[in-house]
Amino acid sequence: MTETKKTTIILFSGDYDKAMAAYIIANGAAAYDHEVTIFHTFWGLNALRKDENIQVKKGFMEKMFGKMMPRGADKMGLSKMNFAGFGPKMIKDVMKKHNAMPLPQLIEMAQEQDVKLVACTMTMDLLGLQKEELLDNIEYAGVAAYLADAQEGNVNLFI
Amino acid sequence: MNVAKVLDAKGLACPMPIVKTKKAINELESGQVLEIHTTDKGAKNDLTAWAKSGGHELLKYEEENEILKFWIQKG
Repeated sequence: MTETKKTTIILFSGDYDKAMAAYIIANGAAAYDHEVTIFHTFWGLNALRKDENIQVKKGFMEKMFGKMMPRGADKMGLSKMNFAGFGPKMIKDVMKKHNAMPLPQLIEMAQEQDVKLVACTMTMDLLGLQKEELLDNIEYAGVAAYLADAQEGNVNLFI
Repeated sequence: MNVAKVLDAKGLACPMPIVKTKKAINELESGQVLEIHTTDKGAKNDLTAWAKSGGHELLKYEEENEILKFWIQKG
């Protein structure tokens, strides 16, 4: 076999459907024996949030952001047909029927497959998210670390 | 054919068949054969491409009552 290939994905979107696509590709790439990195920035960081309320010290704006953004992958909305939160309920029903894996499980499986999950620290500051609020066993980095992976990447996606 | 392991991936949707196949083949020795059963219609192209890229050989493929069966020899 040839040397290990790399897949890097930037998850910018905080939409359930888009994040699902990102994580399906990531899991597929891991099954292809690629080294996979998902770099979460802006709204994509919400996919990494723990679903419980974690008490951390925050300013007013950060608190507001924290309240308005979905707390965790399961609470994210759809990019189309969200219908004020009814859309995700419908799609989760359909997914169950077709045995498609829900996003939280896709994230779990990605971690099992050693997909490197990275949180962008600059946008964490902007959105007022702190390490304690995000999943365990993820990495924290910025643009340079992403580029170091991406410049050797065979598949690079922005979602 | 000497099948070392049978993987039942029926009912599973993308990307699970490929993820499970990868896990199953990791447990085999080179030259051993994995038999996979799936109902995901994308699996024909998915597993064919995956086997080729990973250096494995797709020995045989069969369709029976909407169940797709694959025999892949580990490379």
